Amino acid sequence: MTKTITDVICPFCGTLCDDIEVVVSDDGKQLLEVYNACVIGSEKFLHSQAKDRVTKPRMRQDDGTWKDVSYDEAADYTAQMLAKAKKPLMYGWSSTNCEAQSVGNEIAEISRACCDNTAAVCHGTTLIAVQDIGLPTCTLGEVKNRADRIIFWGCNPAHAHPRHMSRYSIFPRGFFTGKGQMSRKMIVIDPRVTDTAKMADVHLQIEQGKDYELLNALRVAFKGEWLPDVVAGIPKEKIREAADMMKSGRFGIIFFGMGVTQSLSKNHNIDIAIAVTKDLNEYTKFSIMPMRGHYNVTGSGEVFAWQFGFPYSIDLTRGFARYNPGDTSSIDLLVRGEVDAMFTIGSDPGAHFPISAVKPIANMPSVCIDPHLTPTSGVSKLHVPVAFNGVETGGNCYRMDNVPIDCRKVVEPPAGMLTDEQFLVMVRDRLKKLKGAA
Amino acid sequence: MTKNITLNLISGRTIQQGVAIESGKEKPSYRTACGIIEMDNADLKALGAWKNTNVRVTSDHGSVIVKAIEATQGPHPGVAFIPMGPWANSIVDPNTYSTGMPTFKGTPVKIEVTINEPILLGIELVQIQCGVKVG
Repeated sequence: MTKTITDVICPFCGTLCDDIEVVVSDDGKQLLEVYNACVIGSEKFLHSQAKDRVTKPRMRQDDGTWKDVSYDEAADYTAQMLAKAKKPLMYGWSSTNCEAQSVGNEIAEISRACCDNTAAVCHGTTLIAVQDIGLPTCTLGEVKNRADRIIFWGCNPAHAHPRHMSRYSIFPRGFFTGKGQMSRKMIVIDPRVTDTAKMADVHLQIEQGKDYELLNALRVAFKGEWLPDVVAGIPKEKIREAADMMKSGRFGIIFFGMGVTQSLSKNHNIDIAIAVTKDLNEYTKFSIMPMRGHYNVTGSGEVFAWQFGFPYSIDLTRGFARYNPGDTSSIDLLVRGEVDAMFTIGSDPGAHFPISAVKPIANMPSVCIDPHLTPTSGVSKLHVPVAFNGVETGGNCYRMDNVPIDCRKVVEPPAGMLTDEQFLVMVRDRLKKLKGAA
Repeated sequence: MTKNITLNLISGRTIQQGVAIESGKEKPSYRTACGIIEMDNADLKALGAWKNTNVRVTSDHGSVIVKAIEATQGPHPGVAFIPMGPWANSIVDPNTYSTGMPTFKGTPVKIEVTINEPILLGIELVQIQCGVKVG
């Protein structure tokens, strides 16, 4: 007889859907079916059951082959690597729970490491902008119940956050949005005609990288001042139409993604997007929210900020926390060759860093803690597979609107496998002995 | 002389990329999802390439072989799209301009047809570029 577990949290994207249903075998050892999740979320749950999964830590030999080692040996190697290194980099954290992140921060403090999370290649520039001018934001519940003007700027939720629109932003019938999608206007700004853009009332097909100009033009249009005929490839009439649509709403929200954070003006794009939000509050109620990618990248920023005072790009090498993106950020540290050991957990810099930042990882002592085989595990000296967080272990995670949600364990991990947190505790205790820390 | 064209490269997520990373980056499905370059029809014509042809994409920062496919979310003449992953990251601009964030969107690239060159698997592509010995 199978069991159905309801209200399961999906550990894929920052939407952190909390209505998943999972069917498990009677003994709770096998996950059989997944309901309500998007195609990516379903794959994440189901892949945990793969028969070819790596279940034991593996050390790379001189001839390039892998040799299975025990978790004790893996923890010894990791602790010694961190103890010896002058400037280790501890990167990732976004696909694990806050409890593990907190243990990781203890390790970072003892080993005087640089710590960073995947915001480095995602919403890092957003965090800089928020520190510059603040963030008028709200929760996704408020969006569902109140928002009638939805702007997706440089993001494509149809692909990256597949259930965002159906759960929160476009389709749901909320308290003041009883007609669902009929009561909302949708504006999309993207250089491609994305599947999100195809659904929009207004799509501004901007010239790539001209976001700053267009956002500035919107600020001019709100005030009804003079505009050039074309800004960023968009005719002024279309800009005024979009501006009027934004102003005429009762509650609006700008969701923004990598289109603005990764294009040339970077944090300045976000600065001006937040200024647009501020301007709009002179006419109506408006909010802005980053579309966070990993399911717990927000949580990692929260834990870093709570324990070290900064949300990412932290350098503890001097014994206290310093923060200076560009100097203390992972990509720059790696490209400049300043790091002498690499510790990766819950992310894949091998696949998602520019190759010039990956090459140094292959030439230094390195540990990759990840349930999957990845390009990072492919270039690391030690690969430590762990239980899938959110599937085989629970723990606290933060949704993209900073709402903490406890993930649930639905199935047992393969026999003998540890969770991130259990492995990190082993490393921490060894490191304390090596460093003589209390 | 081989024909080539210059386009503005952006990268980003696709739902196929999301499924592929969760089902295993060691598998050929990851290459099918991300070892591609989406080009506008007009740009494919200008290059003189059929759809689904292997092409070499070169920037100031590297070079990679991917499959040129017709834009799925177009039209976007002048803009090329490679889903985020090791193929895109072999050629994107790593400069962070002191923000910590590489310039993943907006790298000028040169594209030329290379029908006979193979597209590598994701992990293999990174290992070869990093000079990792594989047993």
